[in-house]
Amino acid sequence: MIYRETGNFVTNYFKDREIFPLKFDKIIVIIGLLFLYLYVPTTSEYTLSAHVVPILAVGLATVGLNILTGLTGQLSLGTAGFMCVGAFSTYNLMLRIPEDFMSLPVALLFSGIFAGLVGVIFGLPAIRIKGFYLLVSTLAAQYFVWWFFNSYAWFLNYETSGVVAIPPKMYDYWGLGNLLGIDMQGYPARYVLALTVCLALTYFAKNLLRSNTGRNFMSVRDRDIAASVMGISVPRTKLLAFFVSCFYCGVAGGLYSFCYIGNVDLMIYEIDRSFTILFMLIIGGLGSISGSWLGAIFVYEFPIVFTWVGDTIFQGAFNTAVVENVSNMVYGVFIIALLIREPGGFAALWATTKQKLRMWPYPH
Amino acid sequence: MDWVYLIEVLVGGLMSGVMYSLVAIGFVLIYKSSGIFNFAQGTMLLFASLTFVKMTENGIDFWTSLFIAAGIMVIFGIATERYVIRPLANQDLLALFMATVGLATFQEGFSQFVWDSDVHGLQMSKFLDIGLLDPAPIFMSDHIPWLDILIPKFDIFASLVAGSLIVVLAFFFQKTKTGLSLRAVSDDHMAAMAVGIPLQTVWAVVWAVTGVIALVAGLLWAERVSVSFTLIEAVMKALPVILIGGLTSIPGAIVGGLVIGVGEKLGEIYLADVFGGQGIELWFAYFMALIFLIFRPQGMFGEKLIERV
Repeated sequence: MIYRETGNFVTNYFKDREIFPLKFDKIIVIIGLLFLYLYVPTTSEYTLSAHVVPILAVGLATVGLNILTGLTGQLSLGTAGFMCVGAFSTYNLMLRIPEDFMSLPVALLFSGIFAGLVGVIFGLPAIRIKGFYLLVSTLAAQYFVWWFFNSYAWFLNYETSGVVAIPPKMYDYWGLGNLLGIDMQGYPARYVLALTVCLALTYFAKNLLRSNTGRNFMSVRDRDIAASVMGISVPRTKLLAFFVSCFYCGVAGGLYSFCYIGNVDLMIYEIDRSFTILFMLIIGGLGSISGSWLGAIFVYEFPIVFTWVGDTIFQGAFNTAVVENVSNMVYGVFIIALLIREPGGFAALWATTKQKLRMWPYPH
Repeated sequence: MDWVYLIEVLVGGLMSGVMYSLVAIGFVLIYKSSGIFNFAQGTMLLFASLTFVKMTENGIDFWTSLFIAAGIMVIFGIATERYVIRPLANQDLLALFMATVGLATFQEGFSQFVWDSDVHGLQMSKFLDIGLLDPAPIFMSDHIPWLDILIPKFDIFASLVAGSLIVVLAFFFQKTKTGLSLRAVSDDHMAAMAVGIPLQTVWAVVWAVTGVIALVAGLLWAERVSVSFTLIEAVMKALPVILIGGLTSIPGAIVGGLVIGVGEKLGEIYLADVFGGQGIELWFAYFMALIFLIFRPQGMFGEKLIERV
């Protein structure tokens, strides 16, 4: 009864294109923002570090992959590689450029651009190669990037262990922390940074999807020859998609290293992570930005919840191997079941729920 | 340049290429008959070899476990067709690919859930008394005086198995009625259905045959590497192989495997210094495939795609 379009009259074109046309939606969004910015940072450090911040980082990477695979139809298995570029370039920008010029948000922006350029280089074959054949290019990106950072110790500042902890001074945004009296290395501050970046980029992605560029992406996905006949430059569109997608992945990699784990570690950017992000995308629903976030939450939280259930109900019956195997089985079943029953993934389920809510209590 | 060393490297490359080809054949079979890019091939290998190894470890003898494992793979293949492929028939190829990604994930979890996540070794020489399974390598100089190289006997065994598998498959495709209907389906689904070929039976057969091939390939890989989840990643190398060979061609899978195997070994030896680091084997195969595909986007023997709006 609450969720109604009644009384919502569109009087100009600008209003017609709003992301949240209903008043109810607007109120929910404002409450949600207040909740995210005011309440969540005050929760425990454990909640932030184990649940919220990692979801923000991988969710952003999922949105990035969505732009490439869901919107433009170019399959990619190199997500973790592009995240790796982002993480390493953020670290090196912070390390090598004097503090007066560089700060974490700026470094994230530039590392996103770096990752985007690397993505364009590995996207170049997409001009010639189509469909599954393109997998080889993104796989090459994944393995090459990993090998590259593994072989050239300069990027890790000659740290022999392969893991470098991020020094606290890198979290100091031009002395902002001292000015406000906040511990900028603490998880609340890291969370606010990650949240702001993710919200801004999600908003951008949502608008990209509704713009001319986004429609070009989708026309290339649906039928690239038809798109080129209509005057859309297919190579340019594909490369742009690679750039934007890898920009997102790069920023996500920077967030993952700086806001979540607090060190730069090569091992977390192996190909397994590319697959995890692909699962998030498929389960969430291809082509839907909100779906990417839903998928990321589900895939990330499932093992945690499952372990928790095992610990509390079955007195710790599940060890890590069981949790991992059962999670894999559940992801597999979910992917197949969703593809058969609801190809739009969680996003489509959400849309159906919303429709039901709108009709309630008279469903006809 | 040391010629003997070069020949040794070449032979080693060819042999590892054969291993890639064995995996690639499974990929090609499914792609040819249904247009599905079967990502679950690697986990099928893991599942088959893990099933086999666990049975032999529990004291079942070689041939019985081989037959039981083959039976399980056949059942698994038929179930895959029934519960995954059939409901998704006529979906676009991306959806089918993603379904096989889901299948791969499920299988990875399932096989390690049912059995275990340990690393298992497999020594077939314990079960089979064939001279070729002896771990000692052959000295070619004993047979050919001027050729002073070492060849592991197991590699020769693997090549023989691969060769006979290809002969059996060729016979199956060319001479049997099922093979004929398989070829018809791969040519044109609609036309095949119109002349009364049961599409779903054909797909079930393909998935079952692929399962058995995965068992054979899995056993050989297990003997070479070991049975554990690392097998899946080793099998990722089969992707550039089929892409170089062309997705629709079995000879392509074999030639592609040999090209990748040899190229990878040569690259590791002669190009590693250029890139200033070891371990370029990790990505070299993908780059080879990439450069090859830029010049010939449909692979070596793949069908040239003619697209219309």
